[in-house]
Amino acid sequence: MPSRARALVVLPLASLAALSLSSCGALVDAPSSSSSAAASAGASDAAAASVAINASDSACQVAKTDLPGGVTTFSITNTGSQVTEVYVYDGDRIVTEKENIGPGTSYDLTVDLTEGKYQVACKPGMVGDGIRQAIAVTGGTSQLTAAEQTAVDAYRSYVQQQADATVPLVQQLRDAIASGDRAKAQSLYAPSRVGWESVEPVAESFGDLDPRMDVREADLEAGQQFTGWHRLEKALWTGEDLATVVPVADQLLADVKELSQRVPNAAITPTSIGNGAKELLDEVATGKITGEEEAFSHTDLVDFKGNVDGAQKAFEVLTPVVQANDPKLVTELTTQFAAVQAALAPYADAEVPGGYVSYDTVTADQRRELARVVDALSEPLSQLGAAAAGQA
Amino acid sequence: MAAVSRRGLLAALGSGAVGAGLVGAGVVAAEASGRASSSGPSGGAEASAVVPFHGEHQAGIATDVQANLHFAAFDVTATSRDELVSLLQDWTTAAVALTAGKEVGEGGATGGKPLAPPSDTGEAVDLHANRLTLTVGAGPSLFDGRFGLAGARPAALVDLPAFPADALVPERSDGDLCVQACADDPQVAVHAIRTLTRIAAGRAAVRWAQLGYGRAATVDPSAPTPRNLFGFKDGTANPPASDAKTLDEQVWVQPGDETGAAAWVAGGSYLVARRIRMHIETWDRTSLTEQEQVIGRTKAAGAPLGHAGEHDAFDARTLPASSHVRLAHPSMNGGAQMLRRGYNFTDGTDGLGHLDAGLFFLAYQRDVRKAFIPIQTALARQDALSEYLEHTASGVWAVFPGVPQGGYLGQQLLGA
Repeated sequence: MPSRARALVVLPLASLAALSLSSCGALVDAPSSSSSAAASAGASDAAAASVAINASDSACQVAKTDLPGGVTTFSITNTGSQVTEVYVYDGDRIVTEKENIGPGTSYDLTVDLTEGKYQVACKPGMVGDGIRQAIAVTGGTSQLTAAEQTAVDAYRSYVQQQADATVPLVQQLRDAIASGDRAKAQSLYAPSRVGWESVEPVAESFGDLDPRMDVREADLEAGQQFTGWHRLEKALWTGEDLATVVPVADQLLADVKELSQRVPNAAITPTSIGNGAKELLDEVATGKITGEEEAFSHTDLVDFKGNVDGAQKAFEVLTPVVQANDPKLVTELTTQFAAVQAALAPYADAEVPGGYVSYDTVTADQRRELARVVDALSEPLSQLGAAAAGQA
Repeated sequence: MAAVSRRGLLAALGSGAVGAGLVGAGVVAAEASGRASSSGPSGGAEASAVVPFHGEHQAGIATDVQANLHFAAFDVTATSRDELVSLLQDWTTAAVALTAGKEVGEGGATGGKPLAPPSDTGEAVDLHANRLTLTVGAGPSLFDGRFGLAGARPAALVDLPAFPADALVPERSDGDLCVQACADDPQVAVHAIRTLTRIAAGRAAVRWAQLGYGRAATVDPSAPTPRNLFGFKDGTANPPASDAKTLDEQVWVQPGDETGAAAWVAGGSYLVARRIRMHIETWDRTSLTEQEQVIGRTKAAGAPLGHAGEHDAFDARTLPASSHVRLAHPSMNGGAQMLRRGYNFTDGTDGLGHLDAGLFFLAYQRDVRKAFIPIQTALARQDALSEYLEHTASGVWAVFPGVPQGGYLGQQLLGA
């Protein structure tokens, strides 16, 4: 068994193929330098698709612009003098991104790409649209199996349904605000967010919509406009004159309609569904458990339920795919989803708009208990994306 | 091996309890005839040094005290005995790798599936073992009805009584399980607790935790006695790791100490942990003379008052009546001793402009009823040092016996 000193060496990705994983599951066999070219094992797909990106102050050189579908690792090196970031776009959708790559540093960005045309954007100074390079992805492992295609279709249909259902709810919220009916608007606020919270990772992949619709005041940068649901929340619960936020409500309504129209073009893969489920639980862990998300309305548990239901839906559509690769993971996730739903159930209150009690009535001990079940689910859920990609 | 350090039994007895060992009980330092084979190099400077995980007793007790601590208490959330066993088996597997300086899990930090989170979080990758030890114990609450263990609770695993002037915070006291991680690099210790916590997800969750630095005791007689945040030498008379006889008498639970279903604890020990806030600002405004009267030793050499050398023989009854060293001395406590592995801590401020600092007191003993409880009772009532102290967290655990090759932590308790 090697010591940690072995792993300090930055291995070229190709040599990862030589990793010999021990079957006991506990210890790591790192390759010795002499044998790294000899064997081959699980990570060979990733190794075959390593593509260098040279991100300088004035160029964004992608070593290979025609890629096979499947898992690709972009090995980014910032050779410029400024901090940079690298995005992969599919039209206006962000497929993946890495921010804060310092001058002289490298980063591996791994992504599962399906057939199509993409743009790689390097953003020296982390501003603007960046220097762009078109890449094309064809064939390869991007061809979905029948089971995978079924999962993707089912999930897209779920996202569409949630987005569509959100439009009339935001319409009612907007109308109540326009008519100055604060009590009614307050009761419509949390329910209007449930669809969004259920499909947030897909919505967030449209990079321009999320900051307009769901930014929290604390997360604003200097000069950035505070708009969207949380702007309305603040006005509704702080007694602010509602007339001032009618334009915000109008914009939110326009944005949810746009979201609904964009869903058919969203790039959805088994991996992105799996990773999206994990991101929804991350949202619960960092925003809802803490009560930071709904600082004025305290309707965090409504969002919580939306996030969990959305993640559970993602898991359900992927189950037939994952079952073949990793049946233990399916069993584990089934158990842990049930545990989270059971932990949430006592807080349900049909009398309250949104169906859950105000989060400021939930004690510190109770929050700790919720955090525990969420952590217990999140740890195995973080394996879902890889399992859906067949990397079980 | 370090040079043999020899001191006469009488001299050691005379060296008294605790340097400045807060609450600390005295320990008879008997002859130091060498160093335990499990000890790492003195000072622990060698990052690659490995403390063997397997053995008759768990490492991290008689092991030379490392420079840094991350201690964590866990609430077990597992709902069956099988699940609890699987947790301890998985912890054992991880502990074997961690203490050997290896990465945990398939693929480790960087060699796994690119689209899955790495099995190892990676922050200890180039730090080697750094003499990491992981020491695990079971608290009284583990022996309730949940896992069918009620009958296996050792008689000596008593709930600690309330002591005068305790200011305990329940949320950061007690716990079903505890893990003491000690290493010569703080990041190695933190990585270990983080890893065990991650592995435990769904089966156990951290209840509370404490970081410590600057070991406040040593079991290596050749090493200089460390100082606590009051500036006094602490741990002058801790039993040396080499003193197997004293360890058997005072630290390791012996066969026959417990009977029936509780006999599993033989080879283990009992750990008392106390987070002791030190009011260092008021202490720092106290004259040197008074500081030395309160402790019972000189600040410079650590010598008992009226003597010149740290290890000079002394009669505890000649020290000031309310001095810490006198009250904690074994001769005043029926010979009771503990092996102390305390660490200093500094957790920011208290919001009033004072450091939230103190001693994280860790003491191992054969029987809590004969060691910590009577000594702390005496100290809490009379110790002049108490004016500067506040106990803010507390816990007691039965520490599992050592893990044989192929076995797992707690197997003696749960394997039947």
